[in-house]
Amino acid sequence: MNWETVIGLEVHVQLSTVSKLFSGSATKFGAEPNSQANIYDLALPGTLPVLNAAALGMAVKFGLGIGAEIGRRSVFDRKNYFYPDLPKGYQVSQLDFPIVGKGSLMITMDDGSEKVIGITRAHMEEDAGKSLHEDFHGMTGIDLNRAGTPLLEIVSDPDLRSAKEAVAYLKKLHSIIRYLDISDAIMAQGSMRCDANVSIRRRGTKEFGTRTEIKNINSFKFVEKAINFEVRRQQELIEDGGRVVQETRLYDADKDETRSMRSKEVANDYRYFPEPDLLPVVIDEAYIAAIKATLPELPDARGARFVSEYKLSEYDAGVLVATREMADYFETVANGSGDAKLAANWVSQDLLGLLNKHNWEISQSPIQAQRLADLIKRIKDGTISGKIAKTVFESMLHDTASVDAIIAAKGLQQVTDTGAIEQLVDTVISNNPDQVQQFRAGKEQVIGFLVGQAMQLSKGKANPAQVNELLRNKMKAK
Amino acid sequence: MIEKTVAELAAALASGDISSVELTQAYLNRINRYNPTLNAFITICDESALQQAQAADAARAKGKNINPLLGMPLAHKDIFCTAGVKTTCGSKMLHNFIAPYNATVVEKFNAAGAVMLGKTNMDEFAMGSSNETSHFGPVRNPWNTEYVPGGSSGGSAAALAADLCAMATGTDTGGSIRQPAAFTGITGLKPSYGRISRWGMIAFASSLDQAGPLAKSAEDAALMLNVMAGLDEKDSTSIDKPAEDYTATLNDSLAGLRIGIPRQHFAKGLSADVETAVRAALVEYERLGATVKEIDLPNNHLSVSAYYVVAPAEASANLSRFDGVRYGYRCADPVNLEDMYKRSRSEGFGDEVKRRILVGTYALSAGFYDAYYRKAQKIRRLIKDDFTRAFDTVDVIIGPTSPHTAFKLGAKTDPVTMYLEDIYTIAVNLAGLPGISIPAGIANGLPIGMQIVGNDFAEAKLLNVAHQFQRETDWHKRKPVALGKGA
Repeated sequence: MNWETVIGLEVHVQLSTVSKLFSGSATKFGAEPNSQANIYDLALPGTLPVLNAAALGMAVKFGLGIGAEIGRRSVFDRKNYFYPDLPKGYQVSQLDFPIVGKGSLMITMDDGSEKVIGITRAHMEEDAGKSLHEDFHGMTGIDLNRAGTPLLEIVSDPDLRSAKEAVAYLKKLHSIIRYLDISDAIMAQGSMRCDANVSIRRRGTKEFGTRTEIKNINSFKFVEKAINFEVRRQQELIEDGGRVVQETRLYDADKDETRSMRSKEVANDYRYFPEPDLLPVVIDEAYIAAIKATLPELPDARGARFVSEYKLSEYDAGVLVATREMADYFETVANGSGDAKLAANWVSQDLLGLLNKHNWEISQSPIQAQRLADLIKRIKDGTISGKIAKTVFESMLHDTASVDAIIAAKGLQQVTDTGAIEQLVDTVISNNPDQVQQFRAGKEQVIGFLVGQAMQLSKGKANPAQVNELLRNKMKAK
Repeated sequence: MIEKTVAELAAALASGDISSVELTQAYLNRINRYNPTLNAFITICDESALQQAQAADAARAKGKNINPLLGMPLAHKDIFCTAGVKTTCGSKMLHNFIAPYNATVVEKFNAAGAVMLGKTNMDEFAMGSSNETSHFGPVRNPWNTEYVPGGSSGGSAAALAADLCAMATGTDTGGSIRQPAAFTGITGLKPSYGRISRWGMIAFASSLDQAGPLAKSAEDAALMLNVMAGLDEKDSTSIDKPAEDYTATLNDSLAGLRIGIPRQHFAKGLSADVETAVRAALVEYERLGATVKEIDLPNNHLSVSAYYVVAPAEASANLSRFDGVRYGYRCADPVNLEDMYKRSRSEGFGDEVKRRILVGTYALSAGFYDAYYRKAQKIRRLIKDDFTRAFDTVDVIIGPTSPHTAFKLGAKTDPVTMYLEDIYTIAVNLAGLPGISIPAGIANGLPIGMQIVGNDFAEAKLLNVAHQFQRETDWHKRKPVALGKGA
């Protein structure tokens, strides 16, 4: 049976404001339970919300970042349900008039293909607190520190057709959010959370299948695994003659499976209605223009510039702009060294390999961008070969001395003195009479072996181009 | 002395004829004597009141704080949060609740140096028109203790009518200041929506709730409004419009004033006594130079129905926070979360509150929202448009506050009959307009109230129109004969 997967993602991003969406309480991660909850957060009677202007600015910034329509008049609504960690008994959210309307972003797959994914909307809402079920001996503890933290819920169109596309979308979203500096967007800490709506349909059909919503996915890797599991489950279910039930399912990373949480058919009626304690948020052109002026260069635009300005391949540019920090790092290296191509190779291969190996963020790199630029400069001016540079790079991990000092201390300068190279070449010619014979007989490719011998003899310090040239001249002269 | 107006008492305090301590003690004595009968107060603050009075006298001696309300004894409706003093909202749910903060209204009276005598009884969560839904028992009308004082600000109204305080605060969602003012023969003003901060005022229906003064005269109401009005950054719905000196225009001439009388307010259901009194008052206004003409408020008959969708809908959400989790009443020995919710709320709320939560929940439910909530909001718009049109040709609208005088305790048991009590007042809340009720007569020993409605933020005009009437008449000075004089 030929199935098509249809996925839409709902992503919650915690906006990195100093205070909460409607109260002055702090939003720091990891504080003592209930130390960041004031009388409004506790829903004491008589308290009222006041919208945090910084959160509004961030939401608008996001909308502009994905080229979306900005709601000129957006309205907050109450979403009613009872839960102990929801102090007011309703969540203040936005239903019919969200702050961000239709927009889109582009994803790039590993094979280089590109696809535009629609974004239905994004709206502001307050987070709930946390219910703590451990350590309370059959009772439940409530921590309201998180209650009221500003969230931006970003809803994609059902445009994603595979788990890989879903991950690519999520990573792109993550990248844009980090570029915009509106959230830490750390999935492991919950400052970025993802729910996936998954359904399948026979290829060629227009109607969507019944979808399930997968919750509790807290890493990029799990997004892919959870969706793949759910797609397999739905396929097997239908192929065995069953039917998918619309429900919320929880992803269990330990067991790598999704399981039913609650059925939507008996789900809450949230009884949304406009929040009467807040006036509609009316935004004018001047406000939008002011936010627009703060927008940084975003990944797509920066990637295009890297291709045109630094002559990088689309692929390299894509890798380097994935995070703002990486792109900044690359540009420092490229401009500092004067060789963008070398800079791109070193950053995307050597540096990225190092970071991945140690699971470091680029900000944790022991080698600063300027030092890497210095290293590349020494390759360019012939002080060291590319191969020797790898050795220097290794040393730079724990040696904070300058690149030049490391090269000098270890005696790694390239040998360019023609006298010394002539000696080397003579030794190689006399040690390898057979190969010299073959070369003279016209088997030119043997030159590589001879150059290699010379390089080995010099411990890599000889200038390979010089060695090559001298070898040829000497062998032809005889 | 206790029967005097705030304006008169302010002069007596300023001249040193009486101290705030003496005045406060006089009211406390009278509260002790009559509150057991009237049940107007839920909490009496003897000690702190006398301390505040001493502080006020000391400040006056130093020449500090020349606010006319310095040292003036006041009662707050028990819907306003008061730091350190119980705030019950007339409910078992909050019977032991002590807020850690002051409502803005409370804060402002404190800053003016007023003395808080206590917290007054009210219908539970301000839901009622007779003060019979209070967990703390009904309030009795000082004019005849077999009768209700109206509601929901019945405790404040009764306290004032019985001279248990010099001034009192109230809140009005559908008539809760004006109707009890009418039933007890005092002056009660519901300002425009947004004129007074709602911070610290326990919410019933957020888009309709408005705090206001209950007083012995329009002039007193103006002095109180001077303290209460103004923008509050803690309340996003409060209006960024400078508050005025509401006493400044009290004595403006009414010559040329255009009064509209709504046909719909003088129709079936209005008692003859009330109609006669209001028509007599209109004659008085004509004598003062005003012109009177009939106007139409064609959608007025829809106001009660629309109100009983919007207000319960908002209340159903506003009262969700009373869940037994963080504060307030929690049932004994809950077996699980659902049991705790169900029993805490079933046991903590009274019948009328539960009825409105159910109605509101139903009106917002999937499949009913458009038919009820959305339609009610459209009616609200129509009602506002009616008023806007009317104010094109008139300056104020005058009619009865209530169709009749106070009724007997227990006389109205059917909720809908009770809801119709507010037939003349509710539209004013739906439209967000200011309205004032002033005494305009007495029938069978019970006061008659007259309502004056103004355009948006026309509080100064209303107070001027009310004050000019009170200069010419003495209805507002009549006292309940059932109670004795003095402390």
